[in-house]
Amino acid sequence: MWKRDEGVRPTGASGSLPGSTSVGSDITARGNHEPSRHLERDTVNIGKSVVIKGELSGSEDLVIEGQVEGKIELRQNVLTIGPNGKIKAQVFAKSIIVLGEVVGNITASEKVDIRENGSVEGDLVSPRVAIAEGAHFRGSIDMQRSPARPGAETKPEGKAAAAASAPRA
Amino acid sequence: MPGESTVRTITGLLRKGVRREGLPFAAASAHGREADAPFHTKAFRKFLSAVAARESPVLVDLGPVVGSNVSYIGERLGCKIFVEDLYADLEGHVRQGRAAAFGEFLKGRLTQADGSVDGILCWDFFDYLDRQAAAALARELTRLLAPGGALLGFFATVGQPRPFYTKYAIVNDREMRPRPYAATRGRQPVWLNRDIIRMFDRLLVSDSFLLQVSIREILFRKPSTTTAARPGA
Repeated sequence: MWKRDEGVRPTGASGSLPGSTSVGSDITARGNHEPSRHLERDTVNIGKSVVIKGELSGSEDLVIEGQVEGKIELRQNVLTIGPNGKIKAQVFAKSIIVLGEVVGNITASEKVDIRENGSVEGDLVSPRVAIAEGAHFRGSIDMQRSPARPGAETKPEGKAAAAASAPRA
Repeated sequence: MPGESTVRTITGLLRKGVRREGLPFAAASAHGREADAPFHTKAFRKFLSAVAARESPVLVDLGPVVGSNVSYIGERLGCKIFVEDLYADLEGHVRQGRAAAFGEFLKGRLTQADGSVDGILCWDFFDYLDRQAAAALARELTRLLAPGGALLGFFATVGQPRPFYTKYAIVNDREMRPRPYAATRGRQPVWLNRDIIRMFDRLLVSDSFLLQVSIREILFRKPSTTTAARPGA
């Protein structure tokens, strides 16, 4: 079990945040971090004590065990939200695996995978979506091969906002 | 003790030589038997065909999210699916003792634009609603449905011996696997066919099948012109 504990210890990104676990700047994963010893190559781990507020972008695979609020962009890479991860953000990645909690819209060019005990509240856009038994999901899933029709808008955060934005025929 | 109608159903099915998986899962569950054997569906295939014929289809699923269904429908139709899980909303209302207000709640629950939805999967949700709530929901669903769109509903033909909801996992376009899960309040009295048709009086019954598992599955279509009257009306 000690390996599990080590796996969630803040490494890489967390170590690079000076004196604080919360930042508000644009963060680029590449070159700033030493990849975690416990993860595969080219994977950066954001530890569970780390809080990031702002935009997070990069070109390496990323595992988030901490909290991120804002926007995450890893257009060519895999993003994993670990079991301790709490995301309140718009997320863009090639492939996204959710074991923790995400509140916000998710767009993946390849696949979204919500694992058991994973939770997503938001709209998914991806050609492939896998939702495991025991996962929590609330929102819409867009697997359309062509651009969505106007008029079938997804619900924004609140019903009032949705009612205001949804065009009526 | 199972109800008289349940006993009659089981007896009738046994007389016809139906295999165990053909038993109504309501009755099977009441007797402690495995209740999640797949059953055959006839209308689902037609529903898929109706939706697949539309460009960039949009679906509304009133049930809880079932990952395999999302993959099956999404990858097959390349569509957008709104997962609404009204069962969870109903359960919340029942637990809080506000079941009577559920009809009012439903009036503002679905926020999709009028005529923006190509297909609606109701599963058996109407079985759990009283008349007022069912009428409110039917109006809302009719509003959402685009002309030519399809709505699929399951309606039980027997009572439920103990309360539970059912997730319907799609096995393929001809089979569903029911997965019962806990409910505080069970199904309401069985809907008569004429009441179902009246409820959706602005839709046309495209297909109706009485399955051996004591479910009537009905596929409704919205006429191309909304002014079209129900046949016989």
